[in-house]
Amino acid sequence: MSDQNFEISFPSDTVKGQEVQERIITCMESISYSDRDIFGMRLALEEALVNAIKHGNGMDPNKEVHVSCHVDETAARITIRDEGEGFDPDDVPDPTDEDNLEKPGGRGIMLMKAFMTEVTYCEGGNTVILVKHREVETEDSSAVAE
Amino acid sequence: MSAGSTRRVEVEEIGDVSVARFVDKKILDETNIQIIGNQLVALVDEDARKKIVLDFSNVEYLSSAALSKLLILEKKAKAAGAKLRFCGIRPDIYQIFTLTKLNKLFDIYDSEDQALEGL
Repeated sequence: MSDQNFEISFPSDTVKGQEVQERIITCMESISYSDRDIFGMRLALEEALVNAIKHGNGMDPNKEVHVSCHVDETAARITIRDEGEGFDPDDVPDPTDEDNLEKPGGRGIMLMKAFMTEVTYCEGGNTVILVKHREVETEDSSAVAE
Repeated sequence: MSAGSTRRVEVEEIGDVSVARFVDKKILDETNIQIIGNQLVALVDEDARKKIVLDFSNVEYLSSAALSKLLILEKKAKAAGAKLRFCGIRPDIYQIFTLTKLNKLFDIYDSEDQALEGL
């Protein structure tokens, strides 16, 4: 009933990516997801969309990024597909390894995994699926004054 | 482009320390990150500041691209013999530093006063 769904394709442009990011966040806000859930989703979306635009499509304006968004009362599920050559996520070095601490790279995927319930790469690394289960409320916000 | 000259970091001189405060709440946008990175590196490379405190009090979001810029700044500062300290990082953002273990690499303090102390 209150599900929020949309699909969109856009050229490799980080400004367009920001707009899509805001649209997804608006979907979550409309179903009153917590600030913490939204914080995690915004970070994960930023990393995933920038990866698709920059590393996947190589900023090629002739290539597009394809996003599908499904947000309901229990979870947000976002699929992001680029038109690049793909990659093997297992090849990305561990950024927390002592030898890699000062090197760039690998932190985006790591942050996505930390803040999402599930992060799945498929189609040779061209597609990433982000799933965030709604945080369980610890306070009973439905309590009514006497 | 006028956006290229927009100041994204405000710098205040407190004694011999340069305190740099982020203007933006979200350090996500690629263009802003580039401008911020350039302004911070200029403190070391062009202005030859030897003591820098970076105040994150205003920052609500931070991406891995921003972390990479901070790493560059840290390397530049170390190479130039400058001291660099961070402060005012809210818990959500601090979690990003702990997850990536960059809290071990950067010199992080709770408050600006603590960061200034003994610098």
